[in-house]
Amino acid sequence: MSREKLDLLQGTLDLMVLRTLVAMGPMHGYGIARRIEQVSGNQVLLNQGTIYASLVRLQQRGLISAKWGTSGSGRQAKYYSITRSGRKRLAAETENWERLSAVIGRLLATPEEGR
Amino acid sequence: MRNSMRESLRRVRSFFRKRELDEDLKDEISSHIEMAVEENLKQGMSAEEASRQALVRFGGVEQAKERHRDARGLPFLDTLLQDLRYTFRMLRRDRAFAVIAALILGLGIGANTAVFSVVHTILLRPLPFANPQQLVWIASPPTKCGFSCETYSADAFEEFRAQNRSFQDVAGYYAFSTEDNYRLTGRGEPVPATGIYVTRSFFQVLGVRPSLGRLFTADDARKGSHPVALLAYAYWKRQFAADPEIVGKAIDLNGQPVTVIGVLPPNFDFGAVFAPGEKVDLFTPYVLDNWRNDGNDLTMIGRLRPGVSLPQAQADANLVVPQLYFNTKYPNSKGFYKTVVVTPLKQYVTGRLHRPLIVLWSAVGLILLIVCVNLANLLLGRAAARSKEFAMRIALGAGRRRLIRQLLTESLILAGVGAALGLGIAYAITQYLAHQGSIALPLLRDVKVGGAALAWTVLIAVSAAVLFGLLPGFRISGINLQEALKDAGPGMSESRRHERMRGVLVISEVTLACVLLIIAGLLLRSFLHVLDVDLGFQPSHAAAIKVDYNDGNSAAKRSVIFQRILAHIKAIPGVEAAGIVDFLPLGHNRNWGAVKVKGKLYRQGEAPSPLVYVITPGFFRAMGMRLLAGRDFSWEDSPSAQKVIIINEALARVLWPNGNALGQIAIAGGGEKRVIGVVSNVHETSIEGAAGWQIYYPATQAEPDYAELVVRTKLPPDTLASSVLRTLRQLNPNQPAAAFLPIQQIVDHAVSPRRFFMLLVTCFAALGLILAALGIYGVISYSVTRRMQEIGIRIALGATPGNVQLLVIRATLRLTLVGVAIGVAASFGVARLIASLLFGTSPFDPATFTAIVVILTSVALVAGYLPARRASRIDPMSALRAN
Repeated sequence: MSREKLDLLQGTLDLMVLRTLVAMGPMHGYGIARRIEQVSGNQVLLNQGTIYASLVRLQQRGLISAKWGTSGSGRQAKYYSITRSGRKRLAAETENWERLSAVIGRLLATPEEGR
Repeated sequence: MRNSMRESLRRVRSFFRKRELDEDLKDEISSHIEMAVEENLKQGMSAEEASRQALVRFGGVEQAKERHRDARGLPFLDTLLQDLRYTFRMLRRDRAFAVIAALILGLGIGANTAVFSVVHTILLRPLPFANPQQLVWIASPPTKCGFSCETYSADAFEEFRAQNRSFQDVAGYYAFSTEDNYRLTGRGEPVPATGIYVTRSFFQVLGVRPSLGRLFTADDARKGSHPVALLAYAYWKRQFAADPEIVGKAIDLNGQPVTVIGVLPPNFDFGAVFAPGEKVDLFTPYVLDNWRNDGNDLTMIGRLRPGVSLPQAQADANLVVPQLYFNTKYPNSKGFYKTVVVTPLKQYVTGRLHRPLIVLWSAVGLILLIVCVNLANLLLGRAAARSKEFAMRIALGAGRRRLIRQLLTESLILAGVGAALGLGIAYAITQYLAHQGSIALPLLRDVKVGGAALAWTVLIAVSAAVLFGLLPGFRISGINLQEALKDAGPGMSESRRHERMRGVLVISEVTLACVLLIIAGLLLRSFLHVLDVDLGFQPSHAAAIKVDYNDGNSAAKRSVIFQRILAHIKAIPGVEAAGIVDFLPLGHNRNWGAVKVKGKLYRQGEAPSPLVYVITPGFFRAMGMRLLAGRDFSWEDSPSAQKVIIINEALARVLWPNGNALGQIAIAGGGEKRVIGVVSNVHETSIEGAAGWQIYYPATQAEPDYAELVVRTKLPPDTLASSVLRTLRQLNPNQPAAAFLPIQQIVDHAVSPRRFFMLLVTCFAALGLILAALGIYGVISYSVTRRMQEIGIRIALGATPGNVQLLVIRATLRLTLVGVAIGVAASFGVARLIASLLFGTSPFDPATFTAIVVILTSVALVAGYLPARRASRIDPMSALRAN
């Protein structure tokens, strides 16, 4: 396959952010972006700036909360943490995702017609 | 659900906390970048490389901010606000354009809203009664003999009411009341009042509830019962200062105490529905038993039973009406009423106005179209000037959709301002119309800018905005970036295409204006023809006043009273002639049945039924009528002398076709009468219709219903008003202060609907003409500007100012003549549609068509001449130096 990075599906970024916050606990935007890059092995095309639209959207929906704090290196940063309804939503979306990817997987596994 | 609501709320909150949130995001981003730089440094990059990499990984900062805003706030509103801000800035900068555009739109929308209000009130809205769709007008089909043939006798009314099966109830009113027929006394000087007799259940049938007190009951309409009256709301306010205790009080009407039992609601206006242009002050019960021998005097209005259709009611009436007795005392009067027509009341009241109003509505719609074309033209002109601006915005990344949206916002704002202005104009017009008592159009008094008119205004404003905004929008979004951005302004081919489109717009404007002008011209010519009609009397320099008298039903006494009145009136300086009649022309009328030649046998319905007038000697002279043969009545035609009549030409021709009417004996008014004179035909019922049959009886031998004193003078009638009233008061202290009504005013009143339509359409046509001229001027002026260099070269090469002017004028003429040609062709079609509204004018009247073509072309030439003059004065040096 090509070496291009995968384009982000609509909404997947939100899912990744939620999952990252569950895995890492409260984290700032830079940390979340880096984490996603690392976990994906730089497979995901991500302008780090994009993450902020996702963060504010999740915040507006009450799935995460935000608070200014101080980083380990003494820097001011805004820390995001997942809320209870965020965890619930993550669980639901994870299940959805798995079902969807299973379907897509099966679909892609069907033999090509004709040739 | 709750979540999405919470999210919306948060979005709204974010929208209003924009600055704070932007600040917060800025901090967050800079912290992000710093952390990234720090990490890059740790990985051993140089300081410069570290910060470069950090920024690259982050992506566009502004884009991130934009997305952040879209994700948290209300992006749609953001864009809208931006568009609005931009629009207002642009309009402020280009104030002249904004003012002109708003004015044009205001006029167009105002005219439309005003006309819509009129159309809505008169045509679209149901009558202001309860369940008005159930109300019908029951009458014989229209004939030559006036009100008397459209009404029913008390007996017939009573029988019809009892025998029909289709109506919940049937009511009526006395059709022969005239204005100021009552005298209200007991509060200072006697004042005139207009009253109408209505049958007991009249208001119940219409579904009108009193504001105060109660309606008539069966007891009120019984013979000999105590007289009672209901007051119209306006009269109660005006005459009785809205006395809340009025119910139960007695007022003096014609010297008799009458108890007020109630006040009708403010929205009930009898005149507006049944007698356009007249005001009715009070209502008294029609006591059937008092009118048994009076003949036809009641109208019939029915309320259909639920579920009964109009054809069913018509079929029912067809069965019942021929069985009615004119007078139950006379068995042979059965079958007097032969045919009957049941019309929806709404159609009876406003049916005639259907076509004129539709024409008016269409005319005003044409105006709106012209306005739109004009604005599209103006905007296209601006688009040319702004093409560089738009090209720049496209180059900077604005989507075409975004630009069109911006342009639509601009046109919507303009239309909004125009609509606000238009509403003001429409409000003023409707206020004016509603208070024009002199226009005899039904329901006109109720006209106002209501909810429906508001909705209509919004609708037309938005459609207009889309119409005139989209065209330049598409043109602009199709801009050729290369050409537009070149320093020389719009490129040649671009602007030529532009000019062609503007040319097409101007041609359509001229076409529309041409159609409007021709319609207006035809209506104007018809109106002039109507004014030219020989009425049979001279309306100018004459006036009439209703006279109060008490003759105790004695003809001899009446003769003395009238002689005394006329002698005193004629003694007033300036009075040339005076006479008395009971019904003035073009108002109410009545007839007394068929008139026959003595000794001739007629089949049933063959003998003519003329309108009847009871007059004194001198009336013909006072009215300016022409005595064609014989003599006027004299005071010697006393009750005991030979009974005499005077007939009009039309009646004379029917009765004695050989032209020897004078001296003949006719059977009329229940006896033999000698014809002593023949007078000119008078247009009694309408100016536009043919004159009918008329018969005149002397007041010394027949009993008049009223006494209208007609005075002819060389002075303006107004100047005589006070001396005439003073003289009448000296003779009779009970004489109320009735109006001294110029006869011309009666004629004006009769032609007022036609004048109304004609004036409005003419105004619209004039507006269309001005707009078309503006359009021509704009386009020609623009092309002169664009061709500045070319013209400069021509002049430098020796073209005279005359040559240059001719060049421009020829271009003007080309546009105009194409528009006029299409307009004339279209007018042939349109004129046929309005043929029924014309009077004495062919829909293809060559004079009108020629005049309009000449007017339109001349105005266009003037509009083209101004830029032509400018072109001829171009200084070739400076024209060539520019650019």
